[in-house]
Amino acid sequence: MLEIVSWIAVALILATATAMLIDTDWRINLGALALQYLAMLWLVTRHLPFAMGSAKLITGWMVVAILGMTRLGLTNVDDKEESFFSQGQSFRIALMGIVAIVTVGATPSIESAIPGLGLPVIAGGLLLIGGGIIHLGITTNIMRVILGLLTMLAGFEILYAAIESAILVTGLLAVVNLGLGVVGSYLMLAGSTPLESEEDL
Amino acid sequence: MSAPILWIAIPFITGVLIFLISSERYSAWVGGSVSAILSLIAFFIPIDTALLLGTVSIKIAPAIQFFGRSFELNTADGLLLAIIYGLASLWFFGTEASGTQSRFVSLGLMIVALLTASIAVEPFLYAALLLEVAAMLVIPLLVPPYQKAGQGVVRFLTYQTLAMPFILFSGWMLTGVEASPSDLGTTLQAGVMLGLGFAFLFAVFPLYNWIPMLMEETPPYATGFLLWVLPTFITIFALGFLDRYSWLRNSPQLMSAIQFAGLIMVASGGIFAALQRHLGRMLAYAAISQAGLILLIFGLQSTQMVNLVFLTLIPRGLELATWALALSILKREAYSLQFSDVQGLSRKYPAATAALIFAHLSMTGFPLLAGFPSRLSIWQSLTTDLGILFWVFAGMFGLLIAAIRTLAVFVMTEEPGWKLNESWVQVTMLTLGVSGLFILGLFPQILQPLLTNLPSLFEKLSQ
Repeated sequence: MLEIVSWIAVALILATATAMLIDTDWRINLGALALQYLAMLWLVTRHLPFAMGSAKLITGWMVVAILGMTRLGLTNVDDKEESFFSQGQSFRIALMGIVAIVTVGATPSIESAIPGLGLPVIAGGLLLIGGGIIHLGITTNIMRVILGLLTMLAGFEILYAAIESAILVTGLLAVVNLGLGVVGSYLMLAGSTPLESEEDL
Repeated sequence: MSAPILWIAIPFITGVLIFLISSERYSAWVGGSVSAILSLIAFFIPIDTALLLGTVSIKIAPAIQFFGRSFELNTADGLLLAIIYGLASLWFFGTEASGTQSRFVSLGLMIVALLTASIAVEPFLYAALLLEVAAMLVIPLLVPPYQKAGQGVVRFLTYQTLAMPFILFSGWMLTGVEASPSDLGTTLQAGVMLGLGFAFLFAVFPLYNWIPMLMEETPPYATGFLLWVLPTFITIFALGFLDRYSWLRNSPQLMSAIQFAGLIMVASGGIFAALQRHLGRMLAYAAISQAGLILLIFGLQSTQMVNLVFLTLIPRGLELATWALALSILKREAYSLQFSDVQGLSRKYPAATAALIFAHLSMTGFPLLAGFPSRLSIWQSLTTDLGILFWVFAGMFGLLIAAIRTLAVFVMTEEPGWKLNESWVQVTMLTLGVSGLFILGLFPQILQPLLTNLPSLFEKLSQ
């Protein structure tokens, strides 16, 4: 039963990572990211206590909230996709397909190299890492770059949780995630507000 | 009092408190003074050694526990802390002269404290996480609230974030390699992971493209600070890896790869610098070239490696601080650092332009300046391989051409007469910087007490 739920989490990860890649609406992207953290919680708790896993979920949702609030407050934002492949949705789906194929191929060999990780954990981690890197490769938009980094880190955290369970690492990874959210918000806001005084110059 | 509280918690808290001080002048003096005091304490009071002052016994404990992990600064770290906080104080004192925003000092102190934590944390692999947090704190320094973020900043953040997972995974794999050194598959995987992680952190060719972009689009003083502080701690982190894992330092293939990467950076950095028409981009390529020089030293596999690294790193801090300060002063006048905009500025800003040229020449390894002793030692170590020596010379020659081109642009004017437009604070800071460059160049032996004891930080590397 647990194994089935784990595979459902992997399917959810594949769906959300693909949605984030092909949809340019920031609301859908952030919603997909929030769901992604839910799937991550399940996979992380295969190896970590529930309390530590839920800390990751809460951190992730806080990041989603930070980015969402910032984006909501921005006016006159050019939503135009700055990517080279601005309209290439089929191309993006194909890229995600390649990531899925690589994941299917690599998962059993990683499981045999590092026994005990669990196939769904490896598959979920690799899908997120691949999805995040593809995201970083096809966009220059600040919000989407941050989403790509968060996705890649989420994948890494799923895999790393299986081999390292120190509280300090979990705490520092939470700080890194939150930091990325805050830095992303700051970069989105920078230049969007007028100068308050001459000193700012 | 424990060492981690003194050199990590106190500067971090001071940084937070300075954030509340709005005055640029006071924040510079407070931050600079705190750093200078911490540097002096590190230099004069040994860690983990009881010191009798009359009837009072003082002892700085070396470690504290935090979330089940230890932060530890030992006796050998004292000199390193003295150097780091000493150079940091120079950067902070220069803030007012550079006209950089007041939060530079507060964020700068927090960054230095976090990076100090990265050399103190045990297991030392967790340093990768602290380096990432420090890199994120740099972002507000690079992008003022009124300025739109450029692509250089985004790339910097992306590359630093990509480095962290590689380093953490490789650290986990390295423990496996230690357990079974004959397993070539795991050794290769760990080596590749580690190499990729450090390639992102060190901005190895071709991953250094964010540095020139950053110098073009962000305040030069803040970027100069970044180019000093991050590579310094990354170098110490890398030395820690080489010191702990004997198979790393004994692997000829890995050492050749490091040396090759360093050589490409030295040569390409120097040659690209010669082709630039933007003073900021020139500094960027000079910094890249110097980072390559450090990698080249790693590849030498010499017992003098630690000494050579620090002989390069210490003047580097001074050179970058002087160069970045001069650039900041010129940018306030010219608004842009393109050749066309700074032409003839030596008549209006003689101190800033002269300091810039001396710092640039020092980076090329020009005789009598701070960079020369380290270059001389590196050249001597490379005499057995003329191919490498040729490309190192090509890189240094490129930097020298860049310096001569800059000098030519500065003096190219029809305007008669000289005028000193710098403030007294700016002139004082620039004079201090240039004097430091000459003192370290003419009397390199003043670094001897530091260089004698620093190898004890990395005992196995010095054997």
